[in-house]
Amino acid sequence: MTAPFLSLDAITRRFEPRLILGDRIAARLGARVENRPVRAVTEVSLEIAKGETLGLVGESGCGKSTLGRVVAGILPPTSGTVLIDGKPVIEHGRKVTTRVQTVFQDPYASLDPRMRIGDIVAEGPIAHGLASKADAPGYVRDWLSRVGLDPDFAGRYPHQFSGGQRQRVAIARALAMQPDLLVCDEPVASLDVSIQAQIINLFLELRRELGITCLFISHDLRVVRHVSDRVAIMYLGRIVEIGATEAIYRDPQHPYTRALLGSVPKLVLEDDELVRFETISGEIPSPLAPPPGCTFHPRCPVAVEACRREVPVLFDDSDGRMVACHVRAMERAAMTKEGSA
Amino acid sequence: MIDTSTPLGRFWAGFRENPVAVAALTMVAAIVLVAVAAPLIAPQDPYDLGGLSLLDARRPPGHVGSGGYVHLLGTDAQGRDLLSAILYGLRISVQIGLLAGGVALAIGASLGVTAAYAGGIVETLVMRIVDLQLSFPAILLALVLVALLGQGKAQLVTALVAAQYAYFARTAYGAATAERRKDYIEAATATPLSRARVVFRHLLPNCMPPLIVVATVQIANSIALEATLSFLGLGLPVTEPSLGMLISNGFVYMMSGRYWISVYPGVALIVLIVAINLVGDQVRDQLNPRLHR
Repeated sequence: MTAPFLSLDAITRRFEPRLILGDRIAARLGARVENRPVRAVTEVSLEIAKGETLGLVGESGCGKSTLGRVVAGILPPTSGTVLIDGKPVIEHGRKVTTRVQTVFQDPYASLDPRMRIGDIVAEGPIAHGLASKADAPGYVRDWLSRVGLDPDFAGRYPHQFSGGQRQRVAIARALAMQPDLLVCDEPVASLDVSIQAQIINLFLELRRELGITCLFISHDLRVVRHVSDRVAIMYLGRIVEIGATEAIYRDPQHPYTRALLGSVPKLVLEDDELVRFETISGEIPSPLAPPPGCTFHPRCPVAVEACRREVPVLFDDSDGRMVACHVRAMERAAMTKEGSA
Repeated sequence: MIDTSTPLGRFWAGFRENPVAVAALTMVAAIVLVAVAAPLIAPQDPYDLGGLSLLDARRPPGHVGSGGYVHLLGTDAQGRDLLSAILYGLRISVQIGLLAGGVALAIGASLGVTAAYAGGIVETLVMRIVDLQLSFPAILLALVLVALLGQGKAQLVTALVAAQYAYFARTAYGAATAERRKDYIEAATATPLSRARVVFRHLLPNCMPPLIVVATVQIANSIALEATLSFLGLGLPVTEPSLGMLISNGFVYMMSGRYWISVYPGVALIVLIVAINLVGDQVRDQLNPRLHR
């Protein structure tokens, strides 16, 4: 791989509870007040090459949106750095680059209801000198037509559009900033299935046209498989497996990935297959008190003693893939020993 | 036809459905118009002390005075034509109400929204001061301030603003804490846009609906406050009687049958305040998302 375009180095993001004065005094006096930080993202390092799309999947609450927001420069990380082309995305808690732009999940919430969509799209480019005030209308028309909207809609308000159209506006707003990296945080999760396909196709088309790099966050494994070159699977704030999309979907190595892929409903059933899904037992643990060792061990079908004590680190598995699992690491060690013997 | 694509167009379309509100708005508009045009339509300049004649003092409605015209609403103790005095008084009331309400809105809303967006020490400081102030009655604060600052229009407006900005700050803060969590604010921060732009172009406009409601109520309140202060003799100088002072001047004659000196300015004041409040009620009903049909 060439020099990474985007690199995350040991990103950790904790959320400290904001205690009101009364709670703080109560805590001082020994009352039981919830003051443990939420560990949303823990020690995540990854790289994305130029032009590549990395899919980020996991259950809700696993920290994937938080990681996306750190990459997008919306949330400063508690520790660790995000570099795009070697330059930081965020400095002193303020975003300092326009090269990363974001498409949000809910297009009903992400567009300012009191602005015309033309102004929504034009605002950023004008503020950052990508278009002059005089050129802005033409610039906006161009982007609206590129995302498949009638340029004459520029004078309308968001409430006059459907969800799919609004998401097109949101995509136009992000792309009009001419970003190099697009963070898509569940961009189709709140849309009807028929509209999802349109937006995904638009997204694929624009990505090919503009050669844009992308971090695609979703809990929908089928969508991720369709759009991603590589996939990272997150569980409770950590990446447990990362590698080429096809390799992971064909042959998942981490027990969590296996369970996750096993719980995708199939449309076509084998002849005598029972319609029963392998479910993951138990609930995702609270990020207030993550279990010790491998955070997945309470739900893991193959957990061993080491899993309860030590946090597994990502190691290089076959075909450029990395897995964080003690059991898989031991299997690999045994295999290489056999191979060398 | 009304263009319902803009927020204002939709608002107006809803407003028209309530005949009482439309009547009240017409009334407010008429009063504002009459107040603005007072120097043109009033039969007499009540501030021109040289034009007053004590021979005309305390005459009942319908009296033909030394000026040769009918005093439709009678005259006061100085021989002022009451209709003229009321028109000029309304002018002062509307002026002060709008000015104090507007300035309090601008200051209060900016403070509240900024506090909500900034958080931390700024939020604590601003909002605790506001809370502290809200625990006093506005009239008390206004009284003390007017007593300290002295008489005059500017001093009165300053006192009213100081007494009322806190209501706007509280409302703006409440609305902004809800709005700032929404994705469009995050999207603006993520562009990135400057803090001032996020606060004043995105956050503030979306906090306007509750602020407009508070503004209509507070304009009526500042008119009432001004009248109260003038009634107590703390508002404007005696040479420029406002409605409150007219009522106060006529108060002593109430029991002697010369009701008109107090009653007519009182009626004018009540009509103005009730009309503004009726408009405010409709505005509130329409801007309250929970009442949307």
